[in-house]
Amino acid sequence: MTTQRRLIRRLAATGVIATLAVSLTACFGSSKGGANDDPNAKVTITFWHGWSAPNEVKAIQQTIDGFEKANPNITVKAVGNITDDKINQALRAGGPNAPDVVSSFTTDNVGEFCNSHVFVDLAPFMAKSGIDPEKTFPAPQLAYTAFQGDQCTLPLLSDAYGLYYNKDMFKAAGITSPPKTFSEFDADAVKLTKTSGDTYSQLGFMPLYHGYESTITHFAAQSSPTYFTADGKSNVANDPPLTSTYEWQKSLVSKLGGYAKLDKYRTTFGDEFSNNNPFMTGQVAMALDGEWRGGMIDDSNSKVDYGVAPFPVPDDQADQYGKGYITGTIVGIAQNSAKQNAAWEFVKYLTTDTDAVVNFANAIHNVPSTNAALASPNLDQNPAFQTFIQIAQNQYSNTTPSSPNGGAYQLTLQNLGYGYESGKVTDLQARLDAAAKQIDTDIAQAQ
Amino acid sequence: MTTTVSTPATAARAAKPKSSPQLRRRHRRELLRNLAFLSPWLLGTGLFFLYPLVTTFWLSFTHYDGFTSPVRVGTQNWKYVFQDYPFFWPALRNTVWFVIVLVSLRLVTGLILGMTVINVKRGSSVLRTIFYAPYLAPPVAATLAFVFLLNPGTGPVNSILGKLGLPQPGWFNDPAWSKPALTLLAIWGVGDLMVIFMAALLDVPRELYEAAELDGAGAVRRFRHITLPTLRPILGFAVITGVIATMQYYTEPLVAGQVASGQIGGSGQQVEPGYPAGSTLTLPQLVYNLGFQRFDVGAACVVAVVLFVLSMAFAVVLMRRGSVFLGSHE
Repeated sequence: MTTQRRLIRRLAATGVIATLAVSLTACFGSSKGGANDDPNAKVTITFWHGWSAPNEVKAIQQTIDGFEKANPNITVKAVGNITDDKINQALRAGGPNAPDVVSSFTTDNVGEFCNSHVFVDLAPFMAKSGIDPEKTFPAPQLAYTAFQGDQCTLPLLSDAYGLYYNKDMFKAAGITSPPKTFSEFDADAVKLTKTSGDTYSQLGFMPLYHGYESTITHFAAQSSPTYFTADGKSNVANDPPLTSTYEWQKSLVSKLGGYAKLDKYRTTFGDEFSNNNPFMTGQVAMALDGEWRGGMIDDSNSKVDYGVAPFPVPDDQADQYGKGYITGTIVGIAQNSAKQNAAWEFVKYLTTDTDAVVNFANAIHNVPSTNAALASPNLDQNPAFQTFIQIAQNQYSNTTPSSPNGGAYQLTLQNLGYGYESGKVTDLQARLDAAAKQIDTDIAQAQ
Repeated sequence: MTTTVSTPATAARAAKPKSSPQLRRRHRRELLRNLAFLSPWLLGTGLFFLYPLVTTFWLSFTHYDGFTSPVRVGTQNWKYVFQDYPFFWPALRNTVWFVIVLVSLRLVTGLILGMTVINVKRGSSVLRTIFYAPYLAPPVAATLAFVFLLNPGTGPVNSILGKLGLPQPGWFNDPAWSKPALTLLAIWGVGDLMVIFMAALLDVPRELYEAAELDGAGAVRRFRHITLPTLRPILGFAVITGVIATMQYYTEPLVAGQVASGQIGGSGQQVEPGYPAGSTLTLPQLVYNLGFQRFDVGAACVVAVVLFVLSMAFAVVLMRRGSVFLGSHE
């Protein structure tokens, strides 16, 4: 009996100890960050990035190797294939395994990163290093890496959007040069379209908002819209360039056969980021796409003989032909990093060292994100790639501004577009008024 | 004036001697010992159920972006979700649609398949394998396969329908057909219910059917008066677990919507929820959209609380009305 009681007590004690152990291991704390570290001390920093393809991983590792060679006291531990969900989780939790330097493929979350101060403001670091952001980076890249004056991230290569066109189809249709204005573009798109029964054997251009990169914000960049007023309120209900973009797209949908026919044809398209992309298979003669598409076509077995030009502009802005939508990868330093000075040395190298930026851009077919790198003679001289370099350098090129709710306003505008192109929305101005109200409400809720 | 009725229990209590300090100590020791043994479970339930539940409810009254400390904002999130967030009511309507239509059809199909498999004379094991196998398919793979099969432009289903001169629906690309298409997918994977119903049907005493048959009861009456009442606890279980699973319906509508729309957002990018036209939007998708894409954890918690309350309400009503787990005869 005594032995049994002792056994029970021991078991109970084991239970309590196990419970306490679980409780204690569940308790963790985050380290407090700061920029008090010695940048000359021997240190290892952790860098999270999203690149996963072998050539991309190799390219970023070569950039890191270059940095470590120039800064032998700093070792960079790179962790690839990181998604934004993981980034948010790590920035929230902190701790010794959290990253010091983080990059993200989307600019949509910059507003939240700056607003919540999970990334440090890089302005003091740039001032200390004598970097003038206005002179170093093009205006769109600076715009999408900051929010309300807080430069909490910097651009790490960019993406520029332009027009891809099939040279053989152009020749067959008797088109000698790529269109420069919307009216020329519409005429060419119609000329390049061949119907077959209730569908198409060839479509000039897929204008629907589900047509991959044919989003309202990408189209609207050709008209240079103003999404927000100076005081941060939505301007979409009072912005003629945006309204005219919706109207132009809708008219093009009608000219090419109407929404239902185009939408059915769209369902025959293969995956956007595969060799079955409709431009690469010859299903469409023209496409709005980023500079990466050229690299994909060159690396694939696609037989498309393609040309690249800036996407056309509205007729009344013909003098601004050459501009386009700009976006890109961003990089920042975690607020809870205890090695911020060392991290800054790395970020400075990644984003402002001309050779590093040029080599990385050439390796992964992205557009460089500094003025010096864009002008570098060492950049890939492929004519298609150079067209995107010129788009990125164009003074009228623009981007979508940051917002504190992950770019929810872009989704609101895109949803309006779906309704308008399909004919469900007829009073565009009324819906733009409603969209402006919704955007303001969403942003107020997020702040 | 009251009357005291003496029962064996009250008599025993009256006869029980007053507890001595020694006895109380022993009871306390026993209680502590029992609690110590229960502590892993208590800790697990507390950490992974009660704490998140209470925190979710509390966070629904705060502004919390997931990074900075929560700030109390009263009922602001509730007002936003119910009045200003454009996706809430469509998602709630869709969720209710799925709960009513999808759960019912899965139940009926599972029962029919179960009865078919146990009543066929030959090939029962082959049929059982054929009907059960789809349940083992991973949800993402199964959804992708259905989206490709039902593609209005290139899918084989519409090609066959076209050759037969039948209408060719837009399936996952048509707001009127997207929910039925998802229901088809759910019915295709009904093998789990079929197996449960088969087991329950095999437990129905054969003598009951024989007696009813002797009394002249036809197949329909035998099903209504013998099979259904006997299966009642299993039906109740299937309904409640089906309702709860459908309340959490996330993967299939999300994957189907994104693949059919062609808008596979990159990491961190928001994409159109519930393509086409919000017809496949469900409440769990809103929790993700609000909490992890819009950084509005407070509003996401409102939707989570609504989901919890709805699930509980369904479960309580079903259990109270039908005594489902006990069966009407007990």
